[in-house]
Amino acid sequence: MSASWCIKNGRIIDPANKIDRIGDLLVLDGCIANPKQPIPPGVPEIDAQGLWVVPGLIDMHVHLREPGEEYKEDILSGARAAASGGFTGMACMPNTKPINDCAAVTAMIVARAAEAAIRVYPVGAISLGCEGKQLAEFGEMREAGVVAVSDDGRPVRDSQLMRRALEYASDFGLPVISHSEEASLSSGVMHEGPVATRLGLKGIPAAAETIMVYREIALAELTGAQVHIAHVSTAMAVELIRAAKGRGVRVTAETAPHYFTLTDEAVAGYDTNAKMNPPLRSAADREAIKQALADGTIDAIATDHAPHSILEKEVEFDLAANGIIGLETALPLTLALVRDHVIDERRLVELLAVMPATILGLAKGTLHPGAVADITLIDPQRQFAYSADQVVSKSRNSPFLDWILQGRAVLTMVGGAIRHNLSV
Amino acid sequence: MASGKAFAHHHILGMEQFSREDISHILATADSFKEISTRSIKKVPTLRGHTVINLFFEPSTRTRLSFEVAAKRMSADTFNISPTTSSTTKGETLADTARNISAMHPDIIIIRHPCSGAPLLLTRYVQAAVINAGDGAHEHPSQGLLDLMTVKEHRTTLSGLKVAIVGDIAHSRVARSNITGFTRMGSAVYVYGPATLIPKGIDQLGATLCGSLEEAVRDADVVMTLRIQRERQNDPLLPSLREYARQFSISQRILELARPDAIVMHPGPVNRGVELPPEVADGPQSVILDQVTNGVAVRMALLYLVMGTA
Ligand SMILES: [Zn+2]
Repeated sequence: MSASWCIKNGRIIDPANKIDRIGDLLVLDGCIANPKQPIPPGVPEIDAQGLWVVPGLIDMHVHLREPGEEYKEDILSGARAAASGGFTGMACMPNTKPINDCAAVTAMIVARAAEAAIRVYPVGAISLGCEGKQLAEFGEMREAGVVAVSDDGRPVRDSQLMRRALEYASDFGLPVISHSEEASLSSGVMHEGPVATRLGLKGIPAAAETIMVYREIALAELTGAQVHIAHVSTAMAVELIRAAKGRGVRVTAETAPHYFTLTDEAVAGYDTNAKMNPPLRSAADREAIKQALADGTIDAIATDHAPHSILEKEVEFDLAANGIIGLETALPLTLALVRDHVIDERRLVELLAVMPATILGLAKGTLHPGAVADITLIDPQRQFAYSADQVVSKSRNSPFLDWILQGRAVLTMVGGAIRHNLSV
Repeated sequence: MASGKAFAHHHILGMEQFSREDISHILATADSFKEISTRSIKKVPTLRGHTVINLFFEPSTRTRLSFEVAAKRMSADTFNISPTTSSTTKGETLADTARNISAMHPDIIIIRHPCSGAPLLLTRYVQAAVINAGDGAHEHPSQGLLDLMTVKEHRTTLSGLKVAIVGDIAHSRVARSNITGFTRMGSAVYVYGPATLIPKGIDQLGATLCGSLEEAVRDADVVMTLRIQRERQNDPLLPSLREYARQFSISQRILELARPDAIVMHPGPVNRGVELPPEVADGPQSVILDQVTNGVAVRMALLYLVMGTA
C-alpha cells in the first residue's frame, strides 16, 4: 500500500489553517505535502469530487471494553468501527477490567493498539480502581501514553480528591475529564420529568449534572487547572460553562450526538437502547445543547461509544446497562446539524477534529503541510440505512438502528494508509 | 372501536391502552360475572382446558389470590411461579424464564414485577396473552378497573365526578392507572401528598395537583388513599409515619369536606392509623371490601376477554 496520494478536486475544510477551498491535497510518504509541491509521477489519485476533505476525526470519549469485556468490543473491533465512522483517532476511557489506573495497563492498551486501524489514545484513571480514594500515578501513566485522566462512569465524589487531581494533573499537562454527576441524586434510570412519571421509572434530575459541573468549575477556578466536562446533557450545565468561560476559567466541554438528536421521549416503550448516563433530557435541554455547539460553549462532540451485548440490554429497563454505541453514527448525526443550519461545515470540523485534538494536546486536527496524513473524506449526501447487519462494532446497542442516515465517511486515512474506503 | 362485542387487546399492559368504550365493555363484562361469585357453586366452564400462569416476581398475597380465584371460577388450570420458586435468583433472565414458560404453551400469563415495563418485555418472548398485575411504579390495570367498577356501583356514572387521590403518587402504579382510567371516563382527578411523593409532571397525565389536603378532598365524590412507605432504597421520603398520619391522613374531619355521600377507597393493604384512621377505614363511607369483591369479577372479565381474542 502506497503512503502517497493525490486527493483530487475535493472541498478541503481545514479550520486550523482557515482553509475552505476546492482543490487537490497531496500526501507524500504519509504526510501532508506543501500545496506548491509538484506531484511526483506515479502517485495514485483519489477522486474527491463532491467530497469534503477534512482532518481526521477524533473521538475523545469511547469505551473499548478491552481488557476484560472483549465480548462487547475490543480495541481492534472498536478501531474498525471508528474507521468506518470517519475517525482516525480516539481516546479510550479507563473503566476496563482491570481499570487503566497504572502504567502496566496503559502499556498493554498501547501495545494492542499498535495493530489497530486507527490511533488509540488511552485515558488513565484519576483514582486507583476509580474508587475515588487514592490518586493514580499520573506521571508514570503519561510516560506510558495516557493523554488525560478521568474516572468516567464513577464520578469523583470527594471534592478534595478532585482538587488534588486537578492540581497534580497540571504538573504533567494532563487534562482532567469529569463525568459530572452528583451520585446521591443519580440513582434513577432516566431523565426526571413527565416522561419518567408516565413510564413509572425513577428519574435523574438535571440538577445532578448542574451541581457537579459547578463544583468542577469552582475547582478549576481555584486551582487554575484545566478541566474538561464530559457528555454535557443539560441546559443548566451549558449556562454554567458559558459563564465560566466568560470569566476565563480553563474549562472545556463535550457533548454526544444523542444529546442533540434525541430527548427522553425516546425511552417510551422501555427501549434500553435509549438508556445511558447522563440520560436523554428534555426538548429544552436539547435546544440548549445545539445552541452551545453553535456558539462555542461546547467545544467538542464525542460519542461516549459504550458497547453492550444483549445480555446487558435485553432485560428490564431498570436492570439494563447504561450506554450506546456511537462511532458509526456520530458523523451523520452531526451533519444533520449542518443541514438544519445549527452549525456550518467549518464548525463541524472543529467539533469533531480540531477541538478534540486541542483539548487532549495532540498535534492533530490539521491539514498543515508536514502534518501526518490523518484525513477523512466525507460524502455529505450519501444516505445509508443503519441496520443491525451493517454495524461494524461487536455490539449493536444503538437507538439509531434502522434510521436512514445522511452523510458518511467514505474514506479514512491514517498516516497515509487507507483504513476505510467506500469510494475508491 | 365501537362498543360492540369486539375486544381488540391480546395483552393487557395498562389502562393507557384502553379507550372509553373498551373500559365500558370490560366493566359490563365484569358486571355479568359478578353474580357467579354469589352462587352456591361458584364455577362456570368458560375457560376449561385453559392454562393460566401467575408469574409473580414480587410478593403479593392479595392480587395473586384474586387472579387465582378468578381463574378457578372460570375453570382454568392455574399455576403459581414466584421468585423463590422460579430460577431468577440463579441469574436467569426474564427472557429465559419467559421462553421456558412459553414452551409449555400456557394461554395466559399474569405477571407482577418490580420493574416498570417488564410485562411489555415479556410479550416479546411469549405467545400467551400477558396480563399486567402491577409493574414497578407504572401500571396496575386490573386494580384501576376494579376501582372504576366500584365507583360506578356507588355513583351509577363515571363521568363528571371529582376523584381525590391522596398519598404516595410517585411510587404508585395504582395512581397512574386510576388517573388514566378516571380521566378517560370523563371524571376529574385531583392528587395530593407530601411533595416528596409527588412526581414531576403528574399534571401531564391529566391530574390536577392540589396545594392542600382540604383542596383535594373538598366536594369530592371519591377519596382514594394510597399505601405509604417511609423510606425506599435509602431515599428519605418522610420523617415518620406518625407525622404522615397527623399531616396527611384522611381523618373524619377532613372527610366531612367531601360530599356527604362520598366513598373512601384504598387499594390495600391499609396501614391502619397511617393513611386512614380505623374509624374511616371501617366507617360507613368505606368501600374497601367492595373493591376486593369487584377485583375477582374484573379479573374474570379480563381472562375471558383476552381469550376471546386468541
Ligand atoms: Zn461518562
